[in-house]
Amino acid sequence: MTDVTGETAARRLTVFLVDDHAMFRAGVRAELGAHVDVVGEASTVAEAIARIGATLPDVVLLDVHMPDGGGRAVLDAMRRSHPNVRFLALSVSDAAEDVIGLIRAGARGYVTKTISPEELAAAIRRVAEGDAVFSPRLAGFVLDAFASRPDVPIADPELDQLTNREREVLRLLARGYAYKEIAKELYISIKTVETHVSNVLRKLQMSNRYELSRWAADRRLV
Amino acid sequence: MIAGVATGLARHLGVPLIAVRIALVVLLGFNGLGLMLYAAFWAVLPQEVPTGAPPPRRDLAMLLPFAAIGIGVVLLQSLAFGDGPAGTVGWLVAIIAVGAGVIWHQSDPSRRGHWADNASQTPWLAAVVAESDRRSFLFRFVGGGVLVAVGIIGVVAIYSPAHGGVTSIFNGVIFALVGLLGVGVVVAPLLWRTFNQLRTEREARIREQERAELAAMIHDQVLHTLALIQRNSTDIKEVQRLARGQERSLRNWLYKPTASPTEKFAAALEQAAAEVEDTYAITVETVVVGDTECDERVAALVAAAREALVNAARHAGVETVSLYAEVEADELSVFVRDRGKGFEMDHVEESRHGVRGSIIGRMKRHGGRAEIRSALGDGTEVRLTLPASRESVTAGKETAR
Repeated sequence: MTDVTGETAARRLTVFLVDDHAMFRAGVRAELGAHVDVVGEASTVAEAIARIGATLPDVVLLDVHMPDGGGRAVLDAMRRSHPNVRFLALSVSDAAEDVIGLIRAGARGYVTKTISPEELAAAIRRVAEGDAVFSPRLAGFVLDAFASRPDVPIADPELDQLTNREREVLRLLARGYAYKEIAKELYISIKTVETHVSNVLRKLQMSNRYELSRWAADRRLV
Repeated sequence: MIAGVATGLARHLGVPLIAVRIALVVLLGFNGLGLMLYAAFWAVLPQEVPTGAPPPRRDLAMLLPFAAIGIGVVLLQSLAFGDGPAGTVGWLVAIIAVGAGVIWHQSDPSRRGHWADNASQTPWLAAVVAESDRRSFLFRFVGGGVLVAVGIIGVVAIYSPAHGGVTSIFNGVIFALVGLLGVGVVVAPLLWRTFNQLRTEREARIREQERAELAAMIHDQVLHTLALIQRNSTDIKEVQRLARGQERSLRNWLYKPTASPTEKFAAALEQAAAEVEDTYAITVETVVVGDTECDERVAALVAAAREALVNAARHAGVETVSLYAEVEADELSVFVRDRGKGFEMDHVEESRHGVRGSIIGRMKRHGGRAEIRSALGDGTEVRLTLPASRESVTAGKETAR
């Protein structure tokens, strides 16, 4: 998970854009130009799969909704063959099933398209270093999905529950705190905050919790 | 002729009008068969409907004269030629003909298509018509079948070599059943096609309605907003406000939140955030975890949260405010945070109602708590908590006094 740390700090990160809207790709490319190297872009799932394999970027910015399966299809095709390529989901959709689905398919974070260029650049760096990026809304979803429900038996406490500390970190994320502010608030280091969030991401991806596949349908909302 | 039946038949069958008329007149010779057929077809065939107008009702009383004339002719014939089997057979053949005519006519798909077309102009009528139409369709179909069966049984009974007795009637029944089976086999595909046709039409109508609803929504909202944005393109605040409002309404439309703001906590908070967004042209990042029923105390919590949002929008000088709410078993909490100017609580004048009255005081009155953390240049966070249970409310009221 930390195999690229240190190395990334020295050089500029390479980023690949996958989005079916050319206008959006152009916008992101212009905004990110100062922070990272955009090494390629693709507008379809097939194109993305072919060109990501060829360019091997550090981070792929992945649109959730595209024809032919969307970001999910790209993730399913690339995750096993290219474990070193990190994926950050970028979407206008806030629908819970989209977000959770992408994360469970292997994306290391999720941000909405309204994010500011600086925040996006920071999110890319964080994902490239092997950490996770949660938008406030994603943090809210996760809290909701992992809410302790007395009537549901816990199959695997290690994976199916969040620790109190993880819960606190998520709450602060949902309240709009930046990692730095969370660290200050909880008297821990930023690295520790990142570790907590990464652990939550791992639980989100591995957990068999019934709710994770079901809850979006139950609550049917955002 | 009189009721235009010959013309209608000719059109229906696709044969020359004159041929139909000659056939009817010739048939008139056989025991008034032509007359009976004429009357029967008049009663059964659909009248031509002027498009748009509702189909006129067929007056069954008008059938009486024809029946009377027919009976008269038959009586006359039986008097003139004596009571022979030929006369009876003529009658039975007439019955078979009418029955078969009814069945054949009913299974004509174009007629049903015509009905459905008429109905589609008034969608609210369509369902009713289609239902009742199907019932009468079935009714006539069975009626026609019975007529044919009776006729065949009669003919067989008369011409049977056994001449009378149970066997001949039994034979007749078998004949009739075989005949009906044949008719059924012939007609079944037609029937199937007819029902399918009706179903496709209904589905198409539903699709059309959905498309129309979408088109109306885009027209009423999106195009309108785009026009407003173009007109206000120099006023960035206004453009943001318009875009944000439109985005919210599209999201609502797409994901359809089911709860009403007066009943559910989350919906009420989202509505309050939407109002603040609209009024002050800012973005409120709303995250709500869990949900609960709205009551008077929860409404007070929402009102306090709204006040905190308004304060952030007016004084913080930022474009984004975070709103986070969580419903836990024992407590409701709401956090409103901005990264704006911040202020010092001690410097807020006594007369300013916003913070003291609408937020702190209101939370106290309802048994909750409000905590405001702010530092100059570092933004503000308002934390509102409200215990969930009734007992804690009364306890809270005691301490407030």
